Amino acid sequence: MIPAAFEYARAGSVQEAAELLNRFGEDGKVLAGGHSLIPLMRLRLAQPSALVDINPVGELNYIVAEDGHLRVGALVRHVDIHTSDKVRKNLPILAEVAEEVGDNQVRNLGTIGGVMAHADSAGDYPTLALILDAEIVTNKRRFAAKDFFQDLFTTPLEPDEIVCEVVFPVANGPHKYVKFRRRLFDWAIVAAAAQQLNGGWRVGLTNVGPTPVRCNAVEKALSEGASPEQAAEQASEGLTPSGDIRATPDYKRHLARVLTRRAIEASS
Amino acid sequence: MKHKVSLTINGKGREDEVEARLLLVHYLRDVAGLTGTHIGCDTSQCGACTILLDGKAVKSCTLFAVQGDGHDVKTIEGMAASDGTLHPIQQAFWDEHGLQCGYCTPGFIMAAAYLLDRNPDPSDEEIRKGLEGNLCRCTGYVNIVKAVQSAAQTMGRDQARPQPAATGE
Ligand SMILES: Cc1cc2nc3c(=O)[nH]c(=O)nc-3n(C[C@H](O)[C@H](O)[C@H](O)COP(=O)(O)OP(=O)(O)OC[C@H]3O[C@@H](n4cnc5c(N)ncnc54)[C@H](O)[C@@H]3O)c2cc1C
Ligand code: FES
Ligand code: FES
Repeated sequence: MIPAAFEYARAGSVQEAAELLNRFGEDGKVLAGGHSLIPLMRLRLAQPSALVDINPVGELNYIVAEDGHLRVGALVRHVDIHTSDKVRKNLPILAEVAEEVGDNQVRNLGTIGGVMAHADSAGDYPTLALILDAEIVTNKRRFAAKDFFQDLFTTPLEPDEIVCEVVFPVANGPHKYVKFRRRLFDWAIVAAAAQQLNGGWRVGLTNVGPTPVRCNAVEKALSEGASPEQAAEQASEGLTPSGDIRATPDYKRHLARVLTRRAIEASS
Repeated sequence: MKHKVSLTINGKGREDEVEARLLLVHYLRDVAGLTGTHIGCDTSQCGACTILLDGKAVKSCTLFAVQGDGHDVKTIEGMAASDGTLHPIQQAFWDEHGLQCGYCTPGFIMAAAYLLDRNPDPSDEEIRKGLEGNLCRCTGYVNIVKAVQSAAQTMGRDQARPQPAATGE
């Protein structure tokens, strides 16, 4: 289908993007990789009155590793996260997850900032951001990931606020992201992430609720010496996922336990 | 309001005034008259509309024509040589029967071109992974994988064959 008409402007810098968003008002939106926004516009589920294209903003396209952190600019595409030596060395789980987002064509355009701002419950990076205590930095403030993903498609971003970068801690110990889906390019039905950091485990789940979920009970059980199998039994505790065409709530809870065990056991 | 786009399509420069909401795929088909790029879905999933943008495979239905401004586009029409000789990937799809109705084929060929550009000697599994963004409702994929395998061999051979000037003959 053909999207509804909108005004279009290209920004060359973060400041210019913010000014344009200000001028366009509440119904203006940022256009990054377009791989969540344009499908919604084609179905007319989204009808922004104006788009501010940030693709030319070079200052949002960088990957820096320094002082124990990996900083990824909002406009870095999935393909560039996957192939980056800096990411592979400092946060290999992020490079591995990037290869599992959509397909080649999606990865060639979709951006990390777009995934964060869109806050889809099946988005893959938000789970990593949450369990690693990453920060989402905008042109106005910094958010801890746990304060950023508030509800389905809901973040504290204001209409003229732009995600500029995501700051992860360096974590190159044992890790695994296990994504369960029917076809290779599908979004996760459920996915589980496990990462060792500072001698402990970080464990989380994708698409078992409106926001990503950190499995505190599993982390605690592991720290007290439980086996992966015992610990993973706790993964579905308190979860109330909604059902969809691919999985019932019960099936998602089952997947939460099975995938959590697999993610811990397969961590390397 | 209309916006100016100036881009290169299959090696030829072109300039038009377009509405911002015009998708690149509609621009290619309806404005530039290049109907080889197909539209198979409304959800950015099928890959029938795959083209190369600055050498990278992208879904031209998930990009506005205005975003093509200043970029280099290659479509299925740009694959064969000017004398009509098919590109080795096109020839391989023909030889290996890599299509039935053919609706998905332009997208598969462009996605395969991107795949082989980055990985000239892929395994069957790498081909399947590399083409994950393209759907075919007819073939069951087996002959598509064979076609890409066979194109890889032909292209590898063409590359390895010494050029007459280099052999001094
Ligand atoms: C077939 C298909 C399969 C997919 N599979 C997956 C998958 O498995 N896992 C996954 O995580 N994703 C998946 N995606 C989504 C993909 O990762 C998108 O690229 C991503 O969700 C959005 O990023 P974008 O850059 O494309 O953002 P856009 O679509 O351009 O924008 C999305 C939203 O975020 C806002 N926005 C974007 N950037 C910023 C910014 N810097 N600051 C403020 N607001 C901003 C926009 O205004 C818009 O509201 C898939 C998409 C498709 C089409
Ligand atoms: S037409 Fe289906 S992905 Fe573009
Ligand atoms: S040959 Fe018919 S869809 Fe692929």
